[in-house]
Amino acid sequence: MLRKYLNRIKPNFEPGGKLHAFQSVFDGFETFLYTPNSTSKPGGTHVHDSLDSKRVMIIVVLALMPCLLFGMYNTGYQNFLGSGAETFPFWSLMAYGFLAILPRIVVTYVVGLGIEFVVAQWRKEEIQEGFLVTGILIPLICPIETPIWMLAVATAFSVIFVKEVFGGTGFNIFNVALTARAVLFFGYPSYMSGDRVFISSEPICGIGGTVNFADGISGATPLGQIANHTGGALELTNIVGEKLSTLDAFIGLIPGSFGETSTLCVLIGALILLFTGIASWRIMLSVVAGGLFMGWVANLFQTPLYPGSFLAPLDQLVYGGFAFAAVFMATDPVTAARTGVGKYIYGFLVGVIAVIIRVYNNGYPEGAMLAVLLMNAFAPLIDYCVVQANINRRMRRLKQQA
Amino acid sequence: MDNVINLKRGLDLKLAGGLPDDAEIRHIEADAVAVTPDDFPGFVPKLEVKEGDTVACGSPLLRDKIQEQVKLVSPIDGVVERVVRGDRRKIIRVEVRRSAEPVARDAVKVADNAEAILAAIAQAGLLAMMRQRPYDIVPRVDIRPRDIFVTAFDSAPLAPSLERMVADRAEDIECGVRALAKLTDGHIYISTRKDSQIAVPTEAVHYIVNGPHPAGNAGVQAANIAPVNKGEVIWTLDIVTLARVGKLVRTGEADWDVNVAVTGSEVETGYIAATQAGAAIAPILSGNVKADGRHHRIIAGNVLTGVAVDPEGYLHYPYRQITVIPEGDDADEFMGWASMRPGKMSVNRSFPSRFIPGKRFAPDARLLGGRRAMIMSGVYDDMFPMDILPEYLLKAILSKDIDKMEALGIYEVAPEDFALCEYADPSKIEIQKAVRDGLDYLRKELE
Repeated sequence: MLRKYLNRIKPNFEPGGKLHAFQSVFDGFETFLYTPNSTSKPGGTHVHDSLDSKRVMIIVVLALMPCLLFGMYNTGYQNFLGSGAETFPFWSLMAYGFLAILPRIVVTYVVGLGIEFVVAQWRKEEIQEGFLVTGILIPLICPIETPIWMLAVATAFSVIFVKEVFGGTGFNIFNVALTARAVLFFGYPSYMSGDRVFISSEPICGIGGTVNFADGISGATPLGQIANHTGGALELTNIVGEKLSTLDAFIGLIPGSFGETSTLCVLIGALILLFTGIASWRIMLSVVAGGLFMGWVANLFQTPLYPGSFLAPLDQLVYGGFAFAAVFMATDPVTAARTGVGKYIYGFLVGVIAVIIRVYNNGYPEGAMLAVLLMNAFAPLIDYCVVQANINRRMRRLKQQA
Repeated sequence: MDNVINLKRGLDLKLAGGLPDDAEIRHIEADAVAVTPDDFPGFVPKLEVKEGDTVACGSPLLRDKIQEQVKLVSPIDGVVERVVRGDRRKIIRVEVRRSAEPVARDAVKVADNAEAILAAIAQAGLLAMMRQRPYDIVPRVDIRPRDIFVTAFDSAPLAPSLERMVADRAEDIECGVRALAKLTDGHIYISTRKDSQIAVPTEAVHYIVNGPHPAGNAGVQAANIAPVNKGEVIWTLDIVTLARVGKLVRTGEADWDVNVAVTGSEVETGYIAATQAGAAIAPILSGNVKADGRHHRIIAGNVLTGVAVDPEGYLHYPYRQITVIPEGDDADEFMGWASMRPGKMSVNRSFPSRFIPGKRFAPDARLLGGRRAMIMSGVYDDMFPMDILPEYLLKAILSKDIDKMEALGIYEVAPEDFALCEYADPSKIEIQKAVRDGLDYLRKELE
């Protein structure tokens, strides 16, 4: 029935039809609803694998769901905690978090997909699915109090100038979601750092309370506390001053960017991605190895000058966005290294650099974002070296023959 | 028996409609055959006959425009019924109808020296059955190959075993090896499966190749035994062609009988048709395609590299197989990308079918997705058992960068080696066509 309806309205979108300007949009929805019936052409294989880029992207979105749901809960929890609530009813926390994140997700999708639709129509191409993932990543990696208009600006900037100008999904050099985050980070530093941006401080639709920061409440993230640490024993606390353990950080009930706080949920996502084989285990493994290695080195030479060096290597993985970046950002196949050996090198360096920035640059409490973006720039160089090794092997063979 | 190659990468598609090794053989003498020059890349056809001419089995129908001694021959005694031409009078195929009476022909005596052997196999249409690398074309007669690689098994999906076709031809194989040995200064390599019954002559180097498709591609075997370097030429052929060469040298006549496996999920009962090369498909398939109201795709060959033909079509070289699968243009699958249906075939573990042991699939010919830029990495690598980076080679080909193509190993590959990459690609890029175009472009630029 739906099929018949689509067939009936389809002529409107074809060249000459009155809605031709929306052909890409129609095509996008049609192929979303029904697998296209186009069959393989002569000169090619007659059968194809069932995996397509729609399924790839949806699996990543699915893997992000635990982080999204936990982010809602945590946002509610931090608000309730900060406003001095006595009880923490589960559904109220979830409802609060849901209402806090909903407008942000809606805005990034509308802005990003809007640009994708326009560009696809302009290029006369099918709509590419890449933004399905990017659109949910952006709200997840930003602090909850990021003004919505800023999200819109950053999303638009990075979709246009980081992706579309390079040719669209598959051609971008830098991770689109992370660039949006970087635009916010460097463009609006006063909004994006400090203690207050990570806690949603106002009641929404009557749920939650007002967080009064003057009242001895500190919204500083653990990494923020470390960066501002001056002398004395390093003790991490939550927003009402209670002591935090590594387990708390692992579960994720700490202030931080919306979807990044829970290492547990990131691990669930990682399992989904690794089980389905959508993300590269080589990259994930080597990012973790790199982070542990550099965390160990930093810890070996701990100094009060760089308080981050007091963190145990394992703590480096559970605080901040490291785990999230390792699982969802570094593994973006388009911007990561594409050769097998290259992936190990790329991942390891992401891990190492993330911890270096985090520990040795007190200005930036978190280094995972910058590490991934930096290695995005170097991924082609790494691949070049791997490819060159293959070429040299072939040349040597030729010389031996001669 | 010490030479063993274990290939890890590649994939055996588990398709429904296969044949047991001892499947029934039915003799179906071909009444009509066709020779299709496009099956022989690099061969530029020129007619040697005209419509109405009487031809004997083994006499030339076409010759190559550049290497005039290289011929394509008629596989049966008969009359040239029709020369089918396409755009700009390009010869699509030459159709021959069997005559009631056998046509007289003279057996040739092949002298025991390189020139005579080469001339004989070129004249008898057997050289056209071989391929040279680089370029994956009909071999050049003026270049002596470094080595010759013979594959004794077909690893393509649903492909029949070649063992039975050469079971009682040990003498032909031996003669063939001895003859081809005169054409190269290097070795003749013959690759078989581990449990092969084929007696490999001592003059040849025997390799045992384990692993999934494309292990049976002679080019893949060559790349793992002694890869082609720039400036070198190798020939590849299969064991049946080798036996034909042997028979030609031994008796002065080649044979054109082939055993064709009738396979695929839309075939009622599979069997092996003993017929002649290029035979019309209709008598072989008649009444044997499922009448389930679906559109069918009839493939002369296997599902990866074969040629789609219509029911009135003919067999194509080098395939010994007809595969019938659903076309799928009438499917209307709702949200197929989200499907968890156990019938979806995939290498990806997000499909439950990956975990059903022994599951056989009946895929149709749909692309199952839209064409995209290369997004996922490492997909091609898993399907490509050579020391080559397929993704980078493909990019070099698409950008027509000759230096890069050379450096990345284009001389070692043929389109068929990329077939599994094309199958598995979630971006649905037409890789085999790109590689063919790339090889042709390279040859045009360099020759």
